Amino acid sequence: MGIISKLPAYVERVPGGGIMTTSAEKFLNWSRASSIWYMLFGLACCAIEGLMATGASRYDFDRFGMIFRASPRQADLMIVAGTLTHKMAKRVKILYDQMAEPKYVISMGGCANRGGPFYYDSYSVLKGVDKIIPVDVYIPGCPPRPESVLEACLKLQDKIKKEKLADWAASTD
Amino acid sequence: MIGNFAYAGIWVLVAIGFVVITFFFARLIRPQRPNPTKSRNYECGEFPLSDSHLQYNVKYYLFALIFVIFDVEVVFLFPWAAVFRALGLFAFIEMLVFLAILIFGLIYAWKKKALQWV
Repeated sequence: MGIISKLPAYVERVPGGGIMTTSAEKFLNWSRASSIWYMLFGLACCAIEGLMATGASRYDFDRFGMIFRASPRQADLMIVAGTLTHKMAKRVKILYDQMAEPKYVISMGGCANRGGPFYYDSYSVLKGVDKIIPVDVYIPGCPPRPESVLEACLKLQDKIKKEKLADWAASTD
Repeated sequence: MIGNFAYAGIWVLVAIGFVVITFFFARLIRPQRPNPTKSRNYECGEFPLSDSHLQYNVKYYLFALIFVIFDVEVVFLFPWAAVFRALGLFAFIEMLVFLAILIFGLIYAWKKKALQWV
């Protein structure tokens, strides 16, 4: 249904209606950006070296409201951390499809971005996760520093805060 | 005057109201883009091979029941063994009686062929 995503098209035609939609937008985006729950999902060394360090006490994902969830039903964010093989790519696509809306993807590390060291002469590695699912933020590095993972989360929060309700209406059935 | 059970009733109403209101607003706010994969059961990224409502063999129930008997037996045996010397002969005989009852139970289950997987 998503009534609120269909409303702004009508409300904005009324003079001064924009005030209502922008405040609703601000509130929704703020709440979405402040509690990005990411899926517990590691593919390779990036998940061990980068993601676990970022989630632990020194760098601390929690202060951005980010908690890992073990089920895609409760997750907003998928961090593709590591080398994505063709075999795993099918599963990643299924998991992405099973995540609840609104959903975002961070591609972490050289392998997830573009195949990394497996770009040449590899029969089994997918050359970039954006070939199967839409990616919001890319993090370079092999593996990326925890600071850069945090930076990516801030970038994603900025992106969420700029979302328009009308865009949701256009893409909703 | 409000009875003590009225508080429980109010609590139940508030709990139900909270769920209804939350789900109503979630329905207003959330974007909805259903797809067939999303409606499928979650099996760690695999497509499920069969229906999730499986029927288990009723024989597991017998094993579970017998397991619970001996589980409880161990729960009683360990504290008894820990203070064995302090409790003395009376507790020892009492524990033997307790074990005998359970062993009779086991023999009965054995005779009824509950230990066999048919």
